[in-house]
Amino acid sequence: MSLRRFVAIRVASTIPILFGVSVFTFALVHLTPGDPIDQLVALNPQISAAEEAAIRARYGLDGPVWQQYLTWMSNLLRGDFGTVIAVDQPVGPYIMARLPETVALGLFGWAIALLIAIPTGIYAAVNKDTLGDDLSRVFALSGISLPNFWLGLMLILVFALWLDLWPVLAPDKPLLSPAMLWYLILPGVTIGTASSATLMRVMRSSMAEELNKEYVTAARAKGLPERTVVLKHVLRNSLISVTTIAAFLTAGIFAGAVVVEQVFAWPGLGRAFVQAIIGREVDLIMAITLFTGVTIILANLLADIVYAVLDPRIRYD
Amino acid sequence: MSSERGRIRITGFDADAVERREPLSDWTENRAGETEGRWERGWREFRQNRSAMLGLYVVAAMALLAVFARPITVAGVTVQPFALAPYRPDAILYVQGLDVSAYEAPSLAHPFGTDGSARDVFSRVLYGGRFSLSIGFIVVFVTAAIGLVYGAVAGYYGGWVDEVMMRVLDLIFAFPGLLLALIIVAVLGKGYWELVLAFTAIGWAGYARLIRGEILKVKENEYVTAAKALGARDRRVIFRHVVPNAVAPLIVQASLSIGTVVIGVAALGFLGLGLPPGSAEWGTMLDQTRETIVQGPGGTIPWWVTVFPGGAIFLFVMSMNLIGDGINDALDAQEGEDVARGGEV
Amino acid sequence: MALLEVDDLTVNYYTEEGVVTAVEDLSFRIDRGEKFGVVGESGAGKSVTALSLLRLVERSGRIESGEIRFKGEDLLSMSESAVRDVRGNEIAMIFQDAQTALNPVYTVGEQIAETIRHHLDYGDAAARERTVRLLDDVGIPEPEARYDDYPHEFSGGMQQRAVIAMALSCDPDLLIADEPTTALDVTIEAKILDRLDRLAAEYDTAIQLITHDLGVIAEVCDRVLVMYAGRAVERASVEELYYDPKHPYTVGLMSAIPRIGDRQDRLQTIPGTMPDLVEVPSGCSFHPRCPFAEEACTRTRPQLVDPATGERAGPDERSAACLAYTGDLDGELDYEVEVRGRDAGAATAESEPPEPDGGGVDRGADPDADSEGKADE
Repeated sequence: MSLRRFVAIRVASTIPILFGVSVFTFALVHLTPGDPIDQLVALNPQISAAEEAAIRARYGLDGPVWQQYLTWMSNLLRGDFGTVIAVDQPVGPYIMARLPETVALGLFGWAIALLIAIPTGIYAAVNKDTLGDDLSRVFALSGISLPNFWLGLMLILVFALWLDLWPVLAPDKPLLSPAMLWYLILPGVTIGTASSATLMRVMRSSMAEELNKEYVTAARAKGLPERTVVLKHVLRNSLISVTTIAAFLTAGIFAGAVVVEQVFAWPGLGRAFVQAIIGREVDLIMAITLFTGVTIILANLLADIVYAVLDPRIRYD
Repeated sequence: MSSERGRIRITGFDADAVERREPLSDWTENRAGETEGRWERGWREFRQNRSAMLGLYVVAAMALLAVFARPITVAGVTVQPFALAPYRPDAILYVQGLDVSAYEAPSLAHPFGTDGSARDVFSRVLYGGRFSLSIGFIVVFVTAAIGLVYGAVAGYYGGWVDEVMMRVLDLIFAFPGLLLALIIVAVLGKGYWELVLAFTAIGWAGYARLIRGEILKVKENEYVTAAKALGARDRRVIFRHVVPNAVAPLIVQASLSIGTVVIGVAALGFLGLGLPPGSAEWGTMLDQTRETIVQGPGGTIPWWVTVFPGGAIFLFVMSMNLIGDGINDALDAQEGEDVARGGEV
Repeated sequence: MALLEVDDLTVNYYTEEGVVTAVEDLSFRIDRGEKFGVVGESGAGKSVTALSLLRLVERSGRIESGEIRFKGEDLLSMSESAVRDVRGNEIAMIFQDAQTALNPVYTVGEQIAETIRHHLDYGDAAARERTVRLLDDVGIPEPEARYDDYPHEFSGGMQQRAVIAMALSCDPDLLIADEPTTALDVTIEAKILDRLDRLAAEYDTAIQLITHDLGVIAEVCDRVLVMYAGRAVERASVEELYYDPKHPYTVGLMSAIPRIGDRQDRLQTIPGTMPDLVEVPSGCSFHPRCPFAEEACTRTRPQLVDPATGERAGPDERSAACLAYTGDLDGELDYEVEVRGRDAGAATAESEPPEPDGGGVDRGADPDADSEGKADE
């Protein structure tokens, strides 16, 4: 099977899952008593019952749930994701305005995670049971045990308030300016720490496992320098299992964004999601959930492809 | 036969003589201790693991502190009369006529200081353990049980049953757990049991997948085939033969995920979607302090309202993870047991 | 001067259950071009000995004492980088299980060529050319095409050939073959052994062949060392060992070889199993399994002696470690070696190799009549 066909089949197979996710989320959200219109009415008592019904009809909030779902779905297929009622803005542009913020944060967190995890994991596995290994294990365990919101608060406390190296909140500057890199550091570290710790543990254990295999002794018996043995022979094999976990962590980065954006008042999708939950913005919740689902599935697909590249034994079938 | 060339045959090496005679020395092939069961050995390994034992002590201490923080009354009867926490967690101290204001720095009277409503942070942190710890343990227990049954059924029956059940899992895994928990809490509203339900809904899938994988491995074993061939009923085969062998990885997973649940609960609390505001739950306490840090209250920074509740979460989760790692090592160690045998490596 | 001289080698492993002496006071010599066999059950310390020669015992193990002189130089006192220049270049190793010895994610050709590039400073093209020639030499058909195949695309026999090619790649003086055919079918085993034998002659390489199979030893080797529980128990030429075994353990091993046409109703075996090395029996470690053992065997540890004189034997002399030869036993080792179709007494003087084969398989099969194909893809 060719790579292209493999990807096509995998992408096609995600459609039922996404459909399931949309039905499930839609049903969940509509079980919720209360919608944005209720809140609107509560705030503006002068709105009459007739006006309220008209507003509901305008936002597609009347009729039974299945009908609402069908309306929503047919709109979606035409590229219309619905409306953010509180600001009366289409969901599409609303998300696109916030997406780059989250992507920048997520990628930065990712980069930090990989940059710390891979070298540390290799070092710990190669120097197993030494002081360095113990220290890296303590780091990894702490990283997993640190609640990211608390880590964020502590970083603000120490680096923004006491050491005064950063402003508490990032100033409102264009995202793609070099200055923004500086302001990405605190939230980026916060979002990347847990992933980094998890990856490091996986890297260490997978590397340690590979180091015990006979092909390693065979490579050493060939007289290759230890550096070649580790970085050429062992690393590629250990990365195979790390890839799967790395893709899996994409979901963790998203969940992290929800919390970390709240801590740093970062204007991204995660914060929008929390606001959507509180404000019962149905269309926005649906759109963000589906968007995350697609991203997670794509990340897993990417991992499968990398996996196949790293391991010649894998065939696309 | 006699025509073959060079055939060597040795006679006189009488193996039976060895069996017949009295042993010459007290050396025996089977050393003592080999009969030790896997759980006994696991426990012995665990006890020797100092960091895991440290974790166990910390978790035990935190659980005891939470239980004895304030008296517990059931239906008007006080079943637990002790009060290690000096104040009620929701007591606003100046209302009670005490000379205490909001954001007092830690002192002897208030070791963790007071919060924005002049409540004693030390009492709140002690008491708060009740929420996080109990939700953590309940959720993990329930999710492990659900996942065990679900995974066992899917893995044991296989075929289309497995296919359908796994697609449901795919659905769960397409959500980041926290997002789904947020949606569920938004639907159900805030509250203790609502949180339990939300984290149960997202937590069971991982166990189900793990157990299914283990079952598929165990299923290949001969004793399962044998039990089936002998006509044992499916349910009996699953629960008497298959499940006990898959339970070790389940325990490891469970011990490692208590921490995850506790962090998740606190995260929802922090987002204002956990327990009602003012609850002494650790994450909810941090939610109330975020404003003070981000906006800076002018003058001094009340670091204690952030450091202590978060530190409690960290300490508990870290200890739980130490225990989980210890269990993992202890149950894993028996697989490496053969290494110590012989020099042939 | 012998090519390899091992003197009083002792290797300990530090495990949770205690210190395991995997190899104890081991001495032997291998001459240039010689084929030297090391035989014993698994756990006897054969593989540890092999790894020690390359200074590759893993982390938990330590070479405690002794000397390993290769071409007169002590490998144990060399610097790590000097040892690396010996590994794969002058001493090469063939591993038991080719499938695990090959890295699954690199092509077979690359894994051979990298050694050549490293030790012989060849360029990419030259290394590739040499590799293809080696693959051809070990009997892999279409070597040009197979160069770029991954290990999983090779059959078991082909993988083992590739591993042999890898070991021969830098024209080593000593080839350590650790159970090179154990993982293979008997028919393929015969072809591989024959190929190995011929290549060793062609490349003028000495072989240390490690095996638990006396049949394999008879096929390939000139001299043999028998190991039990980490110690050498008998050392002899192949002829001497087969026609006139001196140590009861060797006798037991020989009795355990199944033969077609044997009228015994069950296979003779050595009772019991090799002792766990954490707790080795006192005195002679073989005594719990030895039908000739006496009280004295539980107290005195026998030394390697010349069985004729009872004097301590040098590291390349015929010897056996049994109290029977130092006059410490009351009884005698009353076993008999019977050579069918020949006069037993004259056996030792014969130069024709004996054939105590394992199961009556003809090992002389034409090695080039290979029928092994590509593995399933």
